Amino acid sequence: MYDVVVVGGGVVGCAVARRFVLEGAKVLLLEKGADILSGASKGNSAILHTGFDAPSGSLELACMQAGYAEYMDIRNKLRLPVLETGAVVAAWNEEELAKLPGIVQAAHANGVTDVRQIGPGEVLAREPQLGAHVLGGVLVPHEHVIDPWSAPLAYVTQALVNGGEVRRNTVVLSGHFANGAWRLETNTGPVDCTTVINCAGLYGDILDYRLTGEENFTIKPRKGQFVVFDKAASALLRTILLPVPTERTKGIVITPTSFGNLLVGPTAEEQDSRDRANVDEDTLRMLVDKAVELIPALEGMGVTAVYAGIRPATERKEYRVRHDTARNYIVLGGIRSTGLTAALGLARHAWKLYARMHERLTNPIWPQAPRLAEHCPRDWQFPGYGEIICHCEMVTRREIEAALSGPLPAQDYGGLKRRTRVGMGRCQGFYCNARVAEMTAGRFANPLAVGGAHG
Amino acid sequence: MVDVAIIGGGPAGIAAALTLKARGVPRVAILEREGVLGGVPRHCGHPPFGVREFGRLLTGPGYAHRLAAAAEAAGVEILLRHSVTALKPGGGLEVATPEGRTTLQALRVLLATGAREAPRSARLVGGDRPLGVLNTGALQAYVHLQGLAPFTHPVVVGTELVGLSALATCRSHGIRPVAVVEAGSRAVARWPLGLFPRLLGIPVHYNSGIEEIIGHGRVEAVRLRDGREIACDGVLLTGRFLPEASLARLSHLAVDARSGGPAVDQYGRCSDDAYFAAGNLLRPIETAGWSFREGAAIAAYIADDLMGGLPAAGEEIALVAGDGVKFVVPQLLSRVAPLRGKLQLRVERPISGQLRVSSEEGVLYKRRISTRPERRILVDLGEMKPPGEAKRLLVEIVS
Repeated sequence: MYDVVVVGGGVVGCAVARRFVLEGAKVLLLEKGADILSGASKGNSAILHTGFDAPSGSLELACMQAGYAEYMDIRNKLRLPVLETGAVVAAWNEEELAKLPGIVQAAHANGVTDVRQIGPGEVLAREPQLGAHVLGGVLVPHEHVIDPWSAPLAYVTQALVNGGEVRRNTVVLSGHFANGAWRLETNTGPVDCTTVINCAGLYGDILDYRLTGEENFTIKPRKGQFVVFDKAASALLRTILLPVPTERTKGIVITPTSFGNLLVGPTAEEQDSRDRANVDEDTLRMLVDKAVELIPALEGMGVTAVYAGIRPATERKEYRVRHDTARNYIVLGGIRSTGLTAALGLARHAWKLYARMHERLTNPIWPQAPRLAEHCPRDWQFPGYGEIICHCEMVTRREIEAALSGPLPAQDYGGLKRRTRVGMGRCQGFYCNARVAEMTAGRFANPLAVGGAHG
Repeated sequence: MVDVAIIGGGPAGIAAALTLKARGVPRVAILEREGVLGGVPRHCGHPPFGVREFGRLLTGPGYAHRLAAAAEAAGVEILLRHSVTALKPGGGLEVATPEGRTTLQALRVLLATGAREAPRSARLVGGDRPLGVLNTGALQAYVHLQGLAPFTHPVVVGTELVGLSALATCRSHGIRPVAVVEAGSRAVARWPLGLFPRLLGIPVHYNSGIEEIIGHGRVEAVRLRDGREIACDGVLLTGRFLPEASLARLSHLAVDARSGGPAVDQYGRCSDDAYFAAGNLLRPIETAGWSFREGAAIAAYIADDLMGGLPAAGEEIALVAGDGVKFVVPQLLSRVAPLRGKLQLRVERPISGQLRVSSEEGVLYKRRISTRPERRILVDLGEMKPPGEAKRLLVEIVS
């Protein structure tokens, strides 16, 4: 019997599991994928937002700001990186320029008081590689970049080493609430608990219906494609480059990554599928062209990776958070790209809604995240690493072995990549893929090698 | 401190080391990031390798083994699992080893880091991103180094020589390619090798490409540009080689966007005259034998240089790739008389016309050519009129 079952191992679910474990609850996290972070959380722009442009007075803003503060507070204890970039909202035409004062005003209203408008000279002094036709910008000094996978992995790992549990490959099929307790039927057997927290992301509405029989909201999957440029590009931009938003979308961002690359994206494409994160050549070319238009020196720059993420948007803009007190059921739904920042804040919010008391952990264990950020010491800089397996990203055998063991070992290639960066560099596994196949043999349900080579 | 540090223990790097030792250079070190010397031929389990170097027909692994043994016998310092992480001006190297980080100062550094195929991402291939999408190099490492198969019935993209070699690799390891897809209207590899897929009974789709890879977890099918869908469990992306020039690109050295490799003069000397480059790092792509000879030739220049016998860098002539020309290597000529050596170039598209090297004063070299992108074109600098005071030579094809 668990106090709380968290359904969904995305960044929100991981943060919620951590919060409830730290507060002393007996927690089980269920993830339908082979590994955590296999849905919306696997593809985003990795920005730690100040909330300067979030809807004023919204729960989203409150959770982002609480999440930002907590991330900064705990990140050294978990060895999580922050790449301090700041952001510039750049105006490229008169119409955009006219919107800048409004952006500053809104930021100040949201309590982000260090946001200010800067002229084209200051924009170019800060970022000399930008196209000279930039007309001005809004500087957001504390908008930063983090590692979008190490953070949630650290949250869920902290939950695990302090007594929480995680069950992967587990789908909640139905749920029944009676006498103050839930029984969840899953493909891996029944689970009993007092409270259910729905963090099911792209499947949040489906789970909601399975548990309540009501149609409270509808997920409208919105895909975003990204292009990652070679590390040589990282010298061309130090700051997150944001566009002036339109009514429809926040637009295409160019940003450094904590892995030392440059990222451009996302698009915003409505689609029916909740799990087809496919890319298409025309859109990828458009993203490359857009990046070259804003940073001309990117012309001819190598592309290291392409990917797409799917945001769990709903028919409404705001987060779909609901507490069904009669059924001990909390929904954290419709959490889109701001979720990476807001997750820790959402977890605190869910804890407040939960409103029960447990014996808080007095001296929790703080596990250390792997050393993946390029601006921080990497594992290969410490002796005894064995050998470099992935040369592009300098991933060591020691790191891969650690990711395949420990409290939450990687259970698929994507999970291993997110834990180590293996295969994520410019050659995309040309040199290391076979070696990784050998090292992971027998460990993944979907293995890299389909069998032995004959002959 | 070493006399010459060679980064990369493939054919070019080892040939250079052997030449330097033969010339009496005392301290020659090869820094190889893998645990074994040999480079890419290690996993090319097919002949022909080594005919010129060793006078016999070898497979890739056999050739790699011979190279490694020769380097050892010659007294080359072989530093395995040494990953160079940064190039500093004047020949200083930052190196990662399993025992810790270190630095190495060399009088001269030879970059010989080779080339690799363009991955799916760099080709911007659309669709899902399942397992089973690989380059030939990775496939060869699966079957030859690990004894594993990454798929059983892939679609093969590309008909360069390496693509055809990949078909052979597949067939000899129980993998049955279901189709070959080629963007052009005919096979890139020369006749009769282009007939190879047909001989194996594998359908070839010309003027086509992959519009979309389809698959959840693992490749299930590809959709071609004409809409046709082919069921398969893998996609093998062959050819489209790129110099592995990231060290140079992240350093102070000048890199040529056309060739993808460091810019060099006719001695293989980079923009920092402590650095030289040889082999497939200079340009995509030549055979192991070519890289071996190139490594040896440039090493001879390095040996000369160490004894003060190489013309100083400085007064240079820039070679500019003009119409129809994809790249020219070297990119610079040190102004010496007479000029010796060869220009290597490739074309961007199938083309016929007059290959011309000209300065502002006039045409220094011309000849009729009819060629295709995969073919090597050489211009003997000895046959070119002296460039006089020209600072810039244009290399173009005039139709």
